[in-house]
Formats: sequence, C-alpha cells, structure tokens
Amino acid sequence: MALLEVKNLQVHFHTRNGVVKAVDDVSFSVDAGETLAIVGESGSGKSVTCYSLLDLLPKPPAVIEGGTAMFDGKDLLNCSHSEMRHFRGNDIAMIFQDPMTSLNPNLTIGEQLVEPLIYHPDKARRKDRATAKKRAIELLDEVGITDTERRFDSYPHEFSGGMRQRVMIAMALINEPRLLICDEPTTALDVTIQAQILELIKKLQRSRNVAVIFISHDLGVVAGIADKILVMCAGKAMESGDTDSIFYNTQDNYTKRLLSAIPEGAKTMKNRAQPDTLVEVNNVRTWFKDYSGSKVITVKAVDDISLTINRGEILGLVGESGSGKSTLGRSILQLVPTQEGSVVFDGTDLGSLSAREMVPWRRRMQMIFQDPYASLNPRMTVFETLAEPLLYHGLADKNNIDQQVQQLMDDVGLARAHMRKYPHEFSGGQRQRIAIGRAIATKPELIIADEPVSALDVTIQAQILDLILNLVERHNLTMMFISHDLSVVRYISDRVMVMHHGVMVEQGDTETLWANPQDAYTKALLKAIPLADPKSERSRLSAI
Amino acid sequence: MFKFALGRLLQAIPVLLVVITMTFMLVHSAPGGPFSADKAVPAEVLIALEAQYNLDQPLWQQYISYLSDVLHGDFGPSFKYPGRSVNELIYSGLGTTAELGFYAMLVAIFIGVIAGVTASMRPNTMQDYIPMTAAMIGICMPSFLLGPLMVLVFGIHLEWLPISGWGDIPGDKIMPAITLGTGYAAYIARLSRGGMLEVLSQDYIRTARAKGLSEFLVVGKHALRGGLIPVIAFLGPAFAGLLGGSFVVETIFNIPGLGRFYVQAAFNRDYTMILGTTVFFATLIILFNLLSDMLAIWLNPKLRQQVRGESS
Repeated sequence: MALLEVKNLQVHFHTRNGVVKAVDDVSFSVDAGETLAIVGESGSGKSVTCYSLLDLLPKPPAVIEGGTAMFDGKDLLNCSHSEMRHFRGNDIAMIFQDPMTSLNPNLTIGEQLVEPLIYHPDKARRKDRATAKKRAIELLDEVGITDTERRFDSYPHEFSGGMRQRVMIAMALINEPRLLICDEPTTALDVTIQAQILELIKKLQRSRNVAVIFISHDLGVVAGIADKILVMCAGKAMESGDTDSIFYNTQDNYTKRLLSAIPEGAKTMKNRAQPDTLVEVNNVRTWFKDYSGSKVITVKAVDDISLTINRGEILGLVGESGSGKSTLGRSILQLVPTQEGSVVFDGTDLGSLSAREMVPWRRRMQMIFQDPYASLNPRMTVFETLAEPLLYHGLADKNNIDQQVQQLMDDVGLARAHMRKYPHEFSGGQRQRIAIGRAIATKPELIIADEPVSALDVTIQAQILDLILNLVERHNLTMMFISHDLSVVRYISDRVMVMHHGVMVEQGDTETLWANPQDAYTKALLKAIPLADPKSERSRLSAI
Repeated sequence: MFKFALGRLLQAIPVLLVVITMTFMLVHSAPGGPFSADKAVPAEVLIALEAQYNLDQPLWQQYISYLSDVLHGDFGPSFKYPGRSVNELIYSGLGTTAELGFYAMLVAIFIGVIAGVTASMRPNTMQDYIPMTAAMIGICMPSFLLGPLMVLVFGIHLEWLPISGWGDIPGDKIMPAITLGTGYAAYIARLSRGGMLEVLSQDYIRTARAKGLSEFLVVGKHALRGGLIPVIAFLGPAFAGLLGGSFVVETIFNIPGLGRFYVQAAFNRDYTMILGTTVFFATLIILFNLLSDMLAIWLNPKLRQQVRGESS
C-alpha cells in the first residue's frame, strides 16, 4: 500500500470574479522512500495540491470540493483539526520556497527548531528543552551548519539564503517525518547552492527512507532526483509516469512543449559582432556603504572591472546573486555613481558629462529590468508607456505618435487592440514585451537586459528569448545580457563574462568557455547546472 | 541604544525651543491680559502688578528672561494663583493625571489588543465585524458624551459606581479610566487588527502551522510580536495624548488633575501657566515617542543588533 494515495483531488477558489478550479481531478501516490516530482508552470496548481494535504490553504477563498488523500488509513482531507495537528510536522513535514520569509524573523532559529519537539501534539512524545536542543544541534550539524552551538541562538537574518534553507530542512526533519513535501525548495537560491541543497535532500532521504514530494517548475532540477513525475497544467494532471518515460518517451503535447522550451545548447544565430568598439569600461569601481549590519561595511559591488563590447555583439554577464552584475550594468548606464574608472560610449567618456548633457546619450542606451510586474507604471496604459520616451526624445510628434506606437507593438508581438490597456491586464510574458518595447522605442544602440526572463515561466521564457534575438538582429542592437541562469546565457550570447564577488573571474567566447573553463569558480558554476536529462543528471549528482 | 536615545534627546532641544517661542508669541498676541478680566483695578495697582511680573518690560526681554528661567527648570510664578509657582501647580496635579492616564492606557491596551487580535483571526466574519463596529463607535464617541452617559447608567440608574471624585470612594477610578481609555482602545483595536492581518499572511506563519503548532502558539508566539509593532509605535503619542486630553474627563468627574489647570490657564491668560504646561506636555510627548520607538527597536532582533552594534 502506498504511503500517500491522493484520488480525484478538487480544489476551487471562490473569488469575486468567479470560481477558479485550482486543482481539477488530480490523483497520485507516493511510497516510502520514493520521490515524486510535481512539475508545472506558475498557476498550474502544484503548490495548491500540496497545501491542501496539510490544510494550509487560506479558507476562504479555497474550498476542497472533493477527493480523498489517504495517509496511514486516514483521509487527510477529511479529518478533525486536532487530527490534522498530529500529521503536521510529525508525519508530514514541509519545506517552503523562500527561506528568507519562511522563518520567523523575531525568534532565534534554535527556538524555531525545538518547537515541534517541545510542543508536540502527542504529549507522550514531548521533549524537555535541553533534550530538544541537543537533538536540534545534532540535526544542524547533519544539514551542514558549522559552529552550531553558537548559531543555535542566532536570528534568521544572520544566515544566508542557502543556510536558512538548511535550517528549514533541519526543522522539517526534527520529528522524523515519513513524508517530506518540498515546495520549490531551491528556486530562490543560487545555482551552486541549489546543487548543494538538492544533494542534501537526496542524502537525507536515503538515510531515512522518507517519501518526498518535490514541487518544481524546473524540469532540470527534478531530472536527477525524481523517481516519478506528475506534470500539471492549469489545475489538471497532464501526464504522470516514471522519470525516464516522461523525459525520453512522453506522449503528452504539453510535456513536449515544456521539454522543448528548456534552453539547451549553443546559440544558433551567427555572431554579428563588428570590429568597432561601442562600449569600453576601464577599471570601474562601484562601492557602497552598507549600514544594515552592526558595523558600516564598504561593499565592493564592482571592483576594478574592465571590458569592451563591440557593436552588434551580445555579451552575456553571468554571476550569482550579490556578484555585482546588476551594479555593473547600472554603472555602465551611469545610473549609479562610480568611485573610479571610466565608461566610454562610442568615443565619449560618459563620466565627464553633466546630467543635462547626458540626456541625448540616454536615448542611445536603454535597460530592460527583471520584474515586469514592478518595472511598469501601473497607472499608465501601454500607449502612454511606449509614447513617453518617443515624445521626450523628440522622436515622434502628436501627428505620428499613434502610428509609431503601433509599429512598436507589432515589433514586440503585442496586438494593437491592447494599446489602451493597463499593465495589470497582461500576463508576465506580455508585460515583459511591453518593457522591451519601451526599451527599443528610442532606437537605442545599446541595451542592458538585467535578468529579463528570470521571472517568467519556461515556455514564456523561450518566446521572450527568441523575441530578443530577433530584435537584436532586426534593429542592429548591441546587448549586455545579465543572468544567473547559465543555460539562458549560453543560448543567447556570443561572448560570456563571469563575475564573482564584484570581480571578473573569466571571460571568453561562449562555446570556448563552456568547453574549457579555466577559473575554478567558473568550473563550479558550470558543474552545478541541472540538466534536463535524467541519465546524465543521475551520474552528475552521484559524482558530486 | 544609549547613543540612539541621546541623539534623539539632542534633536528634541530645537523642537522645544520652537514650541516655547511659538507659544510665547501666541499667548502675548492674544487680546486681553492676565489682569484685564478682573473687576476694574486702579491704574497704579495694575502698574505695580505688571512690574511685579515683569510685564512692563519689552517683549523680547520678557522672552529672554523666560527662556533663562526655563533653562534653570523654573516655569515662573502663576499669575492667577498668587504666591504659587507653575512648578508647584504642575507637580500638584501631575500625580493624579498620570495615574488616570496609566489606568486609561491599561484599559485601552487590554480591550484594544484583545478586540483587534480576535477580529484578525477570522477576517470578514462576524468575529471581525462585531469588534470592529464597536471600535468605530468608540472612535466616534467623544469622551464628553461617553462620560455623562456612563454616569447616568452606572452611577445614577444602576448605582453601581460612584459618579465623581478620585481615590475617595472605592471604585471611583473605574469610570474615568474607561471614559478616557475607550477612544484609544478603539484605535488600538484597529491598529492591532491591521498589524496582525499583515503578519498572519506571512510565509513564516504558514511554516509555524505546518510544524503542527496549536493556533494559540501560532498567534500568541509567532504572530503577536510582529503584529503589535504598529500598536507600540502608537503608544507613545497615545500616552501623551491621554495626559493632554484628560481635562475633559477630569472636569466631568471632578478630578483634581493637571488638565483642569491647562484649560483654566488659557481662559485666564495666565501666561506662565500656559507656557509651563505646554512645554511640560511637549517634553512628555517627545519622551514617550522616544520610549515607544526604543521598544519597537528592541522587539526587532535585526534593529536591536544594529543599534547595539553602533553604540558599542
């Protein structure tokens, strides 16, 4: 008998705009020691499925309309409040996506770790504080936290994201659960940290023989760790089966689309770099004072970086969070003050210009930002957003503005009929199209794209990447493409630069660098990329 | 923390200076004087009185000498209570007003937090609507209406509680404290509901529930601390407001507190008394704001370490 058997689960959200079928007739099962991955894009209902098992959905608006979830002979969907408390944290534990917000900032991690033991719903299994602390410290050691005696009394803000996720894992395991639900546990983490956390979950699962439900939007992440996979889309189960059959022999069209959307391999378009230099960065240093800690620290976000970008080239800039890649992008556009060095654009030192003199140069260099939800003004229609730069830089007047904006919307693949709509009426992908339209409106020569696809689902990401490549070609753009995702950077750039702690560690032609990385950090980074190929992924994971 | 407090106290000096200057100018520009309301006094007596209180000197000289007195901690003599200094008068009423304010604050926090937290646990249900409607009424109900109403119902009709006095008959402190505290209880209820709703939607609350903690622990241990930050920030200005606003309640219940002096001083053009009580209340407001800010910092581990790090 399976440890957990979910049948015909139906969860609806009763919202003001009608009923949303978040989970529509989904069934699956997990055995002890087995890993089931639930894969789907945002809004597919994968998280809602798992939250409904532990009664963690906000009710209202969520209503569980039907189905059963048998765990240990009991139906999780139909048990009393006190019975549910016995399952929570005890038999079934959960790890959440964002370790930055999932730990209580007001309590020490030690306090949060011992809680499941000292307040155990089963009075007989309650432990006193000293025993609980001993157990917690053992677990912290096991999940790879150093100096645990002292760290026990630290607050969450004193840990990095990866370390917090380790604490979360220790907290989930403290009552030795039989089922561990991981909701996108590595999505908020850097790729090297992600590899470590995946390895840790795998190791702990093996040593304890727990069942794992692993929720992810990333097929690459689940390839190496899942025994079987459930693919979800818009609340429905599209396909389920063992990992190899899903990856190598899928029958479902949606799964095929997901798999083909994963950026893989080298750039297929030719390198359009011309011999003349457009941007020249000489020994730039951008330092900040950080007042948030107990001492004022100078953060060397960008430390002595020099680079050149040739006209027509796409330069990929890779690094993990905090590596200074966004700051470098902003330094080039003179959006942050630099301490030292110069940025020469088309023969002119931008640092020597006054704010007023800078205006005509701004037209020639534009930026695309990461979050299309936050970077568009919610009170401006698409038309206003696209028309503003055109009018400001005198590229259009009242007579031809309509036509110009329509032209832009055609360029980025937005229907003209949407011209008078506001950003909230669009999906994430469409919003990023608007943002790209805004950036190319002034007919710039240089575009700095700062993680333009990392907030998007994988199928949308593929569309936007192709749009960007297409625009670069058509408008003869030069681009600096910043991303933490190495596969994306490889897919799009001619040349790659790797940043680490504000310093450039390596740069070179994309394929040469991929084939033969020189720097130890670059090697580690490339090694950590999860591949959407179960066989090679398994051998890679066992090699780590 | 010490450095933080010292910095804030230093900032208070220019604020107080502005308060003194503005009040001084306002008081002296108002028509009439301290002795104009009395029955006609002979001119020579008036001159003698004005000379006694330095009112015959040019205004700027009066201002300078008043400032120097205040710097020495002396608010000067009262014009209307001959022979008594403003310091003495404030001191005589302060204890009673502080006690009244303290009880009112307890009432406000106790009722407000319980109502707010209860409402936040089931938003948009009867459990939310009933306390919040009551809070709305509490905010709208002025104390000069609530006080007499309570006197009518509990004092005269039911005869449960004494209707006036302070510390003379057992139970005579209950109605004034409730009358004064109700409006603030209503504000605190709304603030704590808002704060709790925000915290209860945080990811770490979901984590706490997923761990199998009881709802009591989830709310009481994980949510309350963060959820009450807005309430704590409000406590400083609220307490100062309670003291300043106590004169209505003191008048209704005939309580010998500070509030009465404040109002009478304004009617009497008792220059030194007005200035003295204003400066005194301004100082209290600054102090209580500082205290509630320090409490808010102390409750946030990140800020606490930051402040501690700076001063060490």
